[in-house]
Amino acid sequence: MTAPLNPSSAQGQSVQDPSAEQSSTSVSALTPAQASAPAARRFAGRLDIKHGTIDMSHGSGGRAMAQLIDELFRVHLDNPLLAQGNDQALFTPPPGRLVASTDGHVISPLFFPGGDIGALAVHGTVNDVAMAGARPLYLTASFILEEGLPLADLERIVASMGAAARAAGVQVVAGDTKVVERGKGDGCFISTTGIGVVPDGIQISGDLARPGDAILVSGSIGDHGVAILSKRENLGFETEIVSDCQALNDLVAVMIEAVPSIHCLRDPTRGGLATTLNELALQSRVGMQIREPLIPVRPEVSAACELLGLDPLYVANEGKLIAICPGDQAETLLAAMRAHPKGRDAAIIGQVVEDAHHFVQMETAFGGSRIVDWLAGEQLPRIC
Amino acid sequence: MKYIDEFRDGALAKGLARSIAAAADTGRTYRLMEFCGGHTHAIYRYGVQDLMPANVRFVHGPGCPVCVLPMARIDQAIAMAVEHGVTLCTYGDLMRVPASERNSLLKAKAGGADIRMIYSTQDALAIARKAPERQVVLFAIGFETTTPPTAVAIKSARAERLENFSVFCNHVLTPPALATILTAAGEGVVQLDGILGPSHVSTVIGSRPYEFVPAAFGKPVVIAGFEPLDVMQSALMLIRQINAGQASVENQYTRAVTRDGNPKAQALMAEVFSPRETFEWRGLGFLPASALRIAGAYAELDAEQRFPVAPSTGREIKGCECPSVLRGVMEPTDCKLFGSVCTPENPMGACMVSSEGACAAYWSYGRFRAPASQSAVGTGAGSSVAATMAAPANLPTASAPTRRDSAVSA
Repeated sequence: MTAPLNPSSAQGQSVQDPSAEQSSTSVSALTPAQASAPAARRFAGRLDIKHGTIDMSHGSGGRAMAQLIDELFRVHLDNPLLAQGNDQALFTPPPGRLVASTDGHVISPLFFPGGDIGALAVHGTVNDVAMAGARPLYLTASFILEEGLPLADLERIVASMGAAARAAGVQVVAGDTKVVERGKGDGCFISTTGIGVVPDGIQISGDLARPGDAILVSGSIGDHGVAILSKRENLGFETEIVSDCQALNDLVAVMIEAVPSIHCLRDPTRGGLATTLNELALQSRVGMQIREPLIPVRPEVSAACELLGLDPLYVANEGKLIAICPGDQAETLLAAMRAHPKGRDAAIIGQVVEDAHHFVQMETAFGGSRIVDWLAGEQLPRIC
Repeated sequence: MKYIDEFRDGALAKGLARSIAAAADTGRTYRLMEFCGGHTHAIYRYGVQDLMPANVRFVHGPGCPVCVLPMARIDQAIAMAVEHGVTLCTYGDLMRVPASERNSLLKAKAGGADIRMIYSTQDALAIARKAPERQVVLFAIGFETTTPPTAVAIKSARAERLENFSVFCNHVLTPPALATILTAAGEGVVQLDGILGPSHVSTVIGSRPYEFVPAAFGKPVVIAGFEPLDVMQSALMLIRQINAGQASVENQYTRAVTRDGNPKAQALMAEVFSPRETFEWRGLGFLPASALRIAGAYAELDAEQRFPVAPSTGREIKGCECPSVLRGVMEPTDCKLFGSVCTPENPMGACMVSSEGACAAYWSYGRFRAPASQSAVGTGAGSSVAATMAAPANLPTASAPTRRDSAVSA
């Protein structure tokens, strides 16, 4: 069932509209917004966002679902493509190569210091698209809601999603809502798919790292994972550690402007910096040599990791990227990154080397060296 | 981080390395057993071996609580969860340890058993308080370090009349394990010149319980902290004792350890636990008076009595050399399974599971230098290493150095 993110009037009040009626029977639903129409009441009463909760009828395709879409989703995600009111959004992409990416979000808790699942669902996919050097254009969103989810929480999530999308310059052009019985989900899961366009002349891919290339990170690592863990385990740290959850497409834009010959970009989410470097080493069939003292880690993150027995190299990030570029471009790239607020703490952390084993090795601050391996098992479930 | 970074200072390490190189007699080798997995981890994570002369070698000891837990006890824990339907609370390190029939707590959980990962004994109590209708069992493991917190949990449950809480006790004692290793050394099974003694364990029991080591076995002991500088300084102290022909218990970890330890913690342990006649250790077999059970006064909180399960023989996977690795007889790379079928992703033995296990440390941090280390240590079976290093299958997997000082740390 495709559903119905009906763009709505600012009041969230739906109007008599045949196509909207149709949406409630699950066909489609992207009803043209008729913001100013003095609505004839389509629903018996307004959705009680303050006290109400999701029930099975909100996913039934019936009137309750249509009302949810009208009075909640369309209010926050409104845009012209969504407003077409069909089962699909119709658009002509700008010229150039397109990239598509998809990402499911199952984070627990839904709200955390520095973000929430709604913002995360936008940032996660925007970043995956941007890591091709692309300009993200459109998102679609699929919501799986658990019976009993407070409507106030859902509204907070969707509003945050709308704000994140506007800030990142992308539009949520299609969506879907399903409801599962209590106990079969965990509040809210959101899957998003993104489409972007890659500027001409940009060729960024995980298999392009070459010996002699420089490895850069855009800022401190481990913030997101530690922020989530500190909330989930009720650790009660005195200093609140805030997730780095943010969209990186604007940072990427200035980076490819400064150094169009960037070879690889990737955001080190689950598995952290260590695992992402290993992915890139394997994909490019090279080795990596990094230096521990050069890797930016916030003192509070470092302390929390020490306490919990975690290694910041393996802790998830949601607003950082790794860039690999020709060695002679590294300083130019670093300067461009540091000139951008999201890359203020960027650093060159090492270089790509030849290695038949495709190992990532690290010179430790202590003066020895060690392998930095792939993450095994699950360090922290439900992190994004 | 204050009070941490000081013990990881690279410049100090270089100075210590020079002192060690100057002290070590090039005409002999020094085989120093680091008892604890915490030491093993520090040696690999910080590359301490790189800073040591070639004739000073670390031999890995059995001080990894997850590694020495026999498979039969994991089988029993799974049986409690499956047959009695209890909520089993366990430290994360144990989740992937192989049980019999290729089972594990992780697989049992996926199969529907209610198994929860916890960070401390207090988490288990909280789960029990929240779900009075569930029977909650704490899967308690570890050396003397983690025994007092289990005692506190038992006493809290008694005080609160928390009737749905009980403890599956697997706490073990360090000195008997050390005695077993040294007896084997005396028989020439493994060569040892000195012992880096437990650090966290010794905060509880003190350094006095190791005094039998010089007295009965003529080997020096240095109680060593878990930071890399601690390990290096302790190695230097051992080398000096060995050079001087001395054998005594010295304490490098003076910032936390005294000769008599923590009397309050000891009193708690004595009140809540009593010694078992014998207990099985993976790799070391059944050792008399080497483990604790819940004392009679607290018997109603003993999960073994509340939820009886059939004893398991716990068949180890064929070819797994964990027992020899735990005794210091073999290097991880001497095991035929190492890196070929046994990786942290797909562990065959416990030493590959725990981040404190020698195999996991070797795999995660040190395998790029395995051939060199192999020739230096010279424990044979070099060909298996070459095969391991060449096998492409072993490249993209392995362990994260997580949970270093996990709740079950020695």
